[in-house]
Amino acid sequence: MKRVLLPLGIFILLVGFLAVGLKLDPREVPSPLVGKPAPAFELPVLHQPDKRFVPADMRGKVWLLNVWASWCASCRDEHPLLVDLSKKGVLPILGLNYKDRGEDAQRWLKQYGDPYQLSVVDADGRIGIDYGVYGVPETYLIDREGVIRYKQIGPITPAVLERKILPLVTSLNR
Amino acid sequence: MRAALLMVLFLVSGFSFSENPATENRIRSLEEKLRCLVCQNQTLADSNAELAGDLRRQVREQVAAGRSDDEVVDYLVQRYGDFVLYDPPFKARTLLLWIGPFVLLAAAALVLVATLRRRRRAPEDPMLAPDDKRLVERVLGPVAAPGERDGSAQ
Repeated sequence: MKRVLLPLGIFILLVGFLAVGLKLDPREVPSPLVGKPAPAFELPVLHQPDKRFVPADMRGKVWLLNVWASWCASCRDEHPLLVDLSKKGVLPILGLNYKDRGEDAQRWLKQYGDPYQLSVVDADGRIGIDYGVYGVPETYLIDREGVIRYKQIGPITPAVLERKILPLVTSLNR
Repeated sequence: MRAALLMVLFLVSGFSFSENPATENRIRSLEEKLRCLVCQNQTLADSNAELAGDLRRQVREQVAAGRSDDEVVDYLVQRYGDFVLYDPPFKARTLLLWIGPFVLLAAAALVLVATLRRRRRAPEDPMLAPDDKRLVERVLGPVAAPGERDGSAQ
């Protein structure tokens, strides 16, 4: 009996590990920035290039920083969700227009709707690097003190929004 | 657009090769230690991803600004986590990763030793089952009992 149970146990353990491993997404690299202050920057605003925005302007508010680009196909997937969120006025959403061309970005917003309070322009992707961006879209939930509380890598899905982002927003706003 | 990009690349690479070779080697070896986040099985040095290009530029700029290798690596780890390192650091979270193989090796060695010992102790020649013995005897004639086996059995 022992002869069978031991290898069987090891086998089941191994299958368990492999099953968990199959479900993990290797593309999702956990960000070391969660729980840390959002990196500071000062960038021009997309629609008013002579104006500049700093994250400190958002102190006291819980907000989303959504990294997007007009060349990014999966940004289109999450976009209706963002538009909807902004229509409902759940929380301010700001855009970080990542390595894009101004006219393309503006045309894209005109076509698909503009959920952003404003978008800032990160033309050469430097601020993206400060935020650990490696695949657009990415979204950061930032609290009143300017600390990053959550990072979504890849498009926001309805499930992620319902289960992770919205409950966090509620508790952070309390 | 593409032509312009190529021009820029040529210019940039032209610049870099004219710099001193020791710095170039340093940059190269740094880029080989770092992982590209987009094509995860390639180093920064090998990857053609756009982000890898941006990160190479960062590495280059930081080295040019006089940062040490450790500072450059830290800069990237702070932003992208330990994942950017091909050699994961030795700390509590990675203990199993580093020690696991040796633990497995030791366990395997223990099992091997235990098995060998048990085999040596076990009787070498278990008796034939009565049925088998009768069968053998029918073909070969009487077979010596195990105790009498000392080479003289016929």
